[in-house]
Amino acid sequence: MARYFTDEHEWIDLEGDTATVGITDFAQGQLGDIVFVELPEVGTMVEKGKDAAVVESVKAASDVYAPLSGEVVEVNDGLEDDPALVNSSPEEDGWFFKMAISDKSELEGLMDDKAYKSFCDGL
Amino acid sequence: MSEEHDNTDGEIQTLPLDAWHRRKGARMVPFAGYEMPIQYEGIVAEHNWTREQAGLFDVSHMGQLMVTGDKAAEELEKLLPGAISSLKPGRTRYSLLMAENGGILDDLMVTNATSWIEGEEEEGTEGHWGDPAYYLVVNGAMKWNDIAHLREHLDDDVTLAHMDDHALVALQGPNAATALNRVMRNVIDDMVFMDSVCHDFGEWPLRITRSGYTGEDGFEISLPAEHAETFCNRLCAEIEVRPIGLGARDSLRLEAGLPLYGHDITTETDPVSADLLFALTKKRREEGGWMGHEAVAKVLADGPAQKRVGLDIEGRLPAREGALVYSGDKQVGRVTSGGFSPTLQRPIAMAYIDTALASEGTEVEVEVRNKKLSAKVASMPFVPHRYHRGK
Repeated sequence: MARYFTDEHEWIDLEGDTATVGITDFAQGQLGDIVFVELPEVGTMVEKGKDAAVVESVKAASDVYAPLSGEVVEVNDGLEDDPALVNSSPEEDGWFFKMAISDKSELEGLMDDKAYKSFCDGL
Repeated sequence: MSEEHDNTDGEIQTLPLDAWHRRKGARMVPFAGYEMPIQYEGIVAEHNWTREQAGLFDVSHMGQLMVTGDKAAEELEKLLPGAISSLKPGRTRYSLLMAENGGILDDLMVTNATSWIEGEEEEGTEGHWGDPAYYLVVNGAMKWNDIAHLREHLDDDVTLAHMDDHALVALQGPNAATALNRVMRNVIDDMVFMDSVCHDFGEWPLRITRSGYTGEDGFEISLPAEHAETFCNRLCAEIEVRPIGLGARDSLRLEAGLPLYGHDITTETDPVSADLLFALTKKRREEGGWMGHEAVAKVLADGPAQKRVGLDIEGRLPAREGALVYSGDKQVGRVTSGGFSPTLQRPIAMAYIDTALASEGTEVEVEVRNKKLSAKVASMPFVPHRYHRGK
């Protein structure tokens, strides 16, 4: 399984054509205490770079963009009861949704772990 | 009088405690023209700490002004709708700087800072009150406009000084008095909410006012900027005290139902609609003699079209500033500030809504991203005030 990162601070785990998407530890740290996550409905077609979810922290609402294009096939129901999972386990239990990706070429330009780390260090 | 630099060219300035905040791990953001700490360990932790212990806030961006002269009170009364001349030395009052159209230019705290001058027995002089002096604390983002407005309208016999060599910190929370008492013994014992004293802390002249903007008991302390770091270190050495950022300041004041200038009150809102009638002394409400009275008297007579109310919102999704309020299909209001309440663990908001719907318990809907959330008009404060009003 390969993990990719975007410059919008999302992570993507790719298994076959299914991508699990969440936000990174860096992103949750920037957002602060998360009180609500609005997830797309299963079956929604999302487009790379367009709104897919909204994260509400105490401070503000922030859009989460779809890192790839495709169909949402599952969402993390656990976030409804416990949105703070995004703070406590952003890159595991706090995942947002799974999607069937439609265009693997969109993976080009995404970062690997090492590239993402140096990207964050440069911010 | 101090020299002023108008800060409207957009350059971000730093405050006296800038380096101190950074050492404490603050995340700094531009606010009101200054680099300010939005948070240290996290907004919710800081919010809860203030509700349970004592939080130290740097509010040095706010404007500290001193208005002095024999006619200071009557001159201020031309611009503020509250009674200033009846404000006793050492007492503080919330007031509003009014525009001619009845709108609000700023909200502020005014303290009668007239000092008592001790008599000299040897010289046979008796104690007496010094020159009338009024200490004003105004919003940071509005202070340059306020100063210009005051200069334009106050009589030339009255002196206006901008105390921009002073820092201002607020210590807020149920243990604020305990902590401050340990640092400075016997200073705050007799003080109740809205009392203000001068105290020489060693060589440093402090002004301590029992007030704040969190709904908790607490103090605002004005002191020379060069001593601010040492003073904050003294306070933070107490186990009850931690530094708190702007993020928690906003969620605390929202829970306390306190309006934020530029959001819940503006030049477009009058004090009647804003539900701030308590800031209009009853006699002056009728007699007038202050800027904006005519317009406000009309709203008082006719009743306001809309009123500022609290909203309890169902679910967990916060409604924020700008969200529209509906009754059925009809738009009846707008949220002016809102967020998730860490104390209540649910979303709360302030909104202006049509007066007919402004009574407590009225069911409305708030639109957030094309979803209509059920909400109810609620009385404010959302979290009870715990001011120390004495016996």
